[in-house]
Amino acid sequence: MLKAIGVSSIEELFADIPQGLRLDRPLDVGPALTESELVAHLSELASRNVHVDRELSFLGAGMYDHYVPAVVDMLMQRGELLTAYTPYQPEMSQGVLQAIFEYQTAICELTGMDVSNASGYDGTTVAADACYVAKLATRRQKVVLAETLNPQARQVVRTFAPGFGMEVVEVAQKDGVIDPDELAAAADGAALVIFQQPNFFGILEDAPALAAAANGAGALAVAHVDLMSLGVLEAPGVYGADMAIGEGQSAGNHLSYGGPHYGFLASKTDLARQLPGRIVGETVDRQGQRAFVLTLQTREQHIRREKATSNITSNQTLLALGGLAYLSWLGPQGLAEVGERSLALAEHAKKRLGLPPAFDRPTFREFVVRTGRPASEVIDEAKRRGVHPGYPIGRDYPGLDDALMIAFTEKRTADDIERLADVLAGAGVEVHA
Amino acid sequence: MKLIYEKSKPGRRASAVPDPGLPAGDVPEGLRRSAPPRLPEMAEPELVRHITELSTRNFGIDTGFYPLGSCTMKYNPRVNERVVGLPGFRDLHPHQRDEDAQGALELMWRLQEILAEVVGLHAVTLQPAAGSQGELTGLTLIRAYFEDRGEGDQRREIVIPDTAHGTNPASVAMAGYNLVRVKVDDRGNIDLDDLRAKVGPQTAGLMITNPSTLGLFEESIEEIQKIFHSAGALLYYDGANLNAVCGISRPGDMGFDVLHFNLHKTFSQPHGGGGPGAGSVAVRDILEPFLPTPVVVREGDSYRLDHDRPKSIGRVRGFAGPFGVFVRAYAFIRMWGPGLREMSETAVLNANYMLARLRDAYELPYDRTCMHEFVLSARNLKREHGVTALDVAKRLMDHGFHPPTVYFPLVVPEALMIEPTETEAKETLDAFCDAMLSIAKEAETDQQVLKDAPHSRPVSRPDEAQAAKRMHVRHTFEEAPA
Repeated sequence: MLKAIGVSSIEELFADIPQGLRLDRPLDVGPALTESELVAHLSELASRNVHVDRELSFLGAGMYDHYVPAVVDMLMQRGELLTAYTPYQPEMSQGVLQAIFEYQTAICELTGMDVSNASGYDGTTVAADACYVAKLATRRQKVVLAETLNPQARQVVRTFAPGFGMEVVEVAQKDGVIDPDELAAAADGAALVIFQQPNFFGILEDAPALAAAANGAGALAVAHVDLMSLGVLEAPGVYGADMAIGEGQSAGNHLSYGGPHYGFLASKTDLARQLPGRIVGETVDRQGQRAFVLTLQTREQHIRREKATSNITSNQTLLALGGLAYLSWLGPQGLAEVGERSLALAEHAKKRLGLPPAFDRPTFREFVVRTGRPASEVIDEAKRRGVHPGYPIGRDYPGLDDALMIAFTEKRTADDIERLADVLAGAGVEVHA
Repeated sequence: MKLIYEKSKPGRRASAVPDPGLPAGDVPEGLRRSAPPRLPEMAEPELVRHITELSTRNFGIDTGFYPLGSCTMKYNPRVNERVVGLPGFRDLHPHQRDEDAQGALELMWRLQEILAEVVGLHAVTLQPAAGSQGELTGLTLIRAYFEDRGEGDQRREIVIPDTAHGTNPASVAMAGYNLVRVKVDDRGNIDLDDLRAKVGPQTAGLMITNPSTLGLFEESIEEIQKIFHSAGALLYYDGANLNAVCGISRPGDMGFDVLHFNLHKTFSQPHGGGGPGAGSVAVRDILEPFLPTPVVVREGDSYRLDHDRPKSIGRVRGFAGPFGVFVRAYAFIRMWGPGLREMSETAVLNANYMLARLRDAYELPYDRTCMHEFVLSARNLKREHGVTALDVAKRLMDHGFHPPTVYFPLVVPEALMIEPTETEAKETLDAFCDAMLSIAKEAETDQQVLKDAPHSRPVSRPDEAQAAKRMHVRHTFEEAPA
C-alpha cells in the first residue's frame, strides 16, 4: 500500500504535522486488553453497582423502571439498524426512514400533535429546544417555567437561554401545583410556557387551564408529558397545548444510569418549519412507489448554517425506535393497562402507608409523603434492608427535607408494598400498622 | 412495504401486563383520555417480522463498506454490546446513591482521564449528548470564561473557516455569538492574511476542525494559535476528525483550549441510524471551573458526583450523560490501549491508498497527502459527460457500497468525501476503488445507466421536493393499505 501511495513509511504520511506537535511517547491509557480480559474488567465494575433487581426500588423522579420487553432489544441489535447512520441516502435507508415515520406517528397519536421530529437528546434538552422554537415562532424573548417542571429540565433551559437571547421566569408552585391565574400573569409577553403533566411531584395539574393561561397571553403552551401516562391521561393536543415534549426513557428504554435515551418533541402543524432536528416524510420514487426521505431540510444546519432552527445532527434515533417497538408491543390496550396498574399500585400504597402527603392532590404513579425525619436517613436505613424507598425530593425543593417521593410501575406488586411498609416502619417512620 | 399501522388488527396484542388485583385509581374529571391512541395492534411474531423486514431495507456497517466522510463509520465491536448489557450498567437507576454506583462512577472517571490524555488537555465533562451539543457546551464555556473576566460584552465574535461543518455556525448562533468567516487558501489551509485582518479584541475564539473537513492537516496551526492567543482569544477544536491523530498529535499540544469528542465516531458507539452519540468536552485548566455539573470526581478510592461548582455554566443534559455510550467508548479504548496510534495510522494509510488509486479518474482539488479522509470532485465528469457526484453516489449502491458524503465541504463543487476508517481490509478498499473507476468509465460510455441508478435498491431517487411540499410526516389512518 505504501508503494502505491509513493512513500516509504507510515511516518511520511504525517509530514504535514509540525515536528514539535508530534507526540513522542505512547499514550498512557493502560495496556491493551483482550476481549475476555475486557469482559472480566467491566463485569467487576458492573458488580459494584446496585441495579434495580438487586434491591426493591421505588425510585422514579423522571426515570422509571417499567419492563422493557425482549423485542426492544431485538430491534436495537439488528446490525442493519444499529450500525447505520443518519439516512442521508434514502435508497440505503428505507428501513430506518420508515421506522422513524412510524415512530413520529406514534408520538403524534399519543400527544395529539401533527408533527414529531425523529427525536431529541432527552427530556431536558427538548425543553431548551422548545424555547428556541418559540423564539423563532413568536419573536419574543421570555421563557416561563413552572416550578413543578422537572428540575433538571429547568436547569438545562437556564444554561442555554442566555445564548438564545432569552430570559427565564419561574412560576412558584402553590401546594404542589401551578395556579393558572399566576401563570397567566407571568405569561404576559412570553414566547412560551412549559408545564409538566403529571408534574414532577407526580401530581395531576389542571393542564387544560394552564394551556389556556399560556394561549390567552399569546405564548406557546408546551406540555412536558410522560408517554406512559398517555393511555390514561388526555393528550396535550386535545387540551390546547401547541407542543408536547418529554423524556422517552419510561417507554421502552433501559435505565442505563441516565442514558442514552430519547427525548420527544411534537407540535401542531403551524410550528413544523421551526422544529429542530430530523423529520421524515413520505413521498414516491421514480417508479411511483411509496418512499421515505428526510424532509423540511431547509430548517437544518447543513443547509441553513447559522440560520438553522437548531444545530442538531446526531439525535437518538435508535432509542426512539426502541420506543416504537415497545409501544407496538404494548398496543393501546397494553399502554392503558400499564398506566392504570401503576396508578392502582400507587393508590394502594398511599392507603397502606398512611403517611401524611406533602400535598393533598390527585397523583398518577408517584407521590410525595412526609416521613417525619430526614429522608436521607430513612433511605440509608431502608437500603440496609434491601429497599430503596424513593427519591429525597428536598434535594430540589427546599423545605421538603423530610419528604420521600415514591414511584410505582407495573413491575411492583402488593407484596412489595407490604415490604416497603415494614422497612419504613423499621426505619422509624410511622406507617399504618 | 406496508406500514406497521397497516398491518394492525383490532384486538391483537403482543404484551401481557401483570395484574396486581387492586381496585382502579381515580383520575379527576376532564383529565382522563377521551379517545385511545391508535398504536399498532399485533401479535409478537408479526411485530418481529415487521422489524426484520425494515432491517432488510437498510444498510449498516454490518452490511458492508460505509465510507461516509466525516462520520467515521468504523466497525462496532460486538463485545461492546455485550458489556453495555451487563445488568449492573443497563438496569442502574441514575438517582441511585453514589456509594451504590461506584462501578459506573469509576468507569466514567477513568474515561475522563483517558480522554484528557488522548487530547492533552486538563479536564473533561462527559455530559453533552452529541457532537453538536458539545459545540454548544464549549462555546457556552468560552462565554462564561470571558464574562468572568469582565470581557463578555467586548468579545462577541467567533471565527470559522469556510470548510466548517454546518453545525459550527449553527452552534455559534445558538450560543449568542456573531459569526466571522475566514477564507481557505489554495492549499486548503486557513488564509492567514484574511485571518489576521479578522482577529482582534472583539474576538472570543476560533472554531476549527483539524484535520479539516478537506481531510488536510492545518499546516500553520502554530501560527494560528499565536494569532488568537496574543489577541486574548481562545481556540476551539471540533473533534469530528480526531480519528486521524490519536497517539500522533494532541490538540492540547497544538494550543487548543477546548474541544468536543464525538465518542460515537472515534470510539465506536454504533451510530444507530442517526444516534445516539456523545459529545464529551475537554478543556484547558483555565476553563475547568466552568464545566457543567455534575462532575465525576475521585476522592481516595471512591468516586462521587460533584454538584458544588459555583462558576459552572450549569447542566446541559439530564444526569451525568449518555452512560451507555461511555461504556462502549471505554471498552473500545481499553482494547486498543496505546495501540490507538496504530488505529489512526491505519485510518490514514487506508485513505491515502484509496486516494492514490482514484486521483487520476476524479479531480483532486488540493493535491496533498491526506489524513484519515479525502475529498475528490466529480467536476470533470460533470463538465465532460453531465454526470454528477449524486449520480456517482447512486451508482455505487449498485456495487454494494454505501456512498461517500456528497456535496460537502461546500468549498469543493461536486464533492465526494471518502473516509474508509482503519477497520477495512485492503480487498474492500480495492473493490470500492474498482467500482469508482468503473463508474468513471461508465460516465464516458453510458451516462443513462448512471442517471437511472440505483437499480438494485428497494426504491430509487425519491422525490424530495414533493415530500417537502406535501409534508406528509405521520400516518393519517385514511389511506387504504398499499
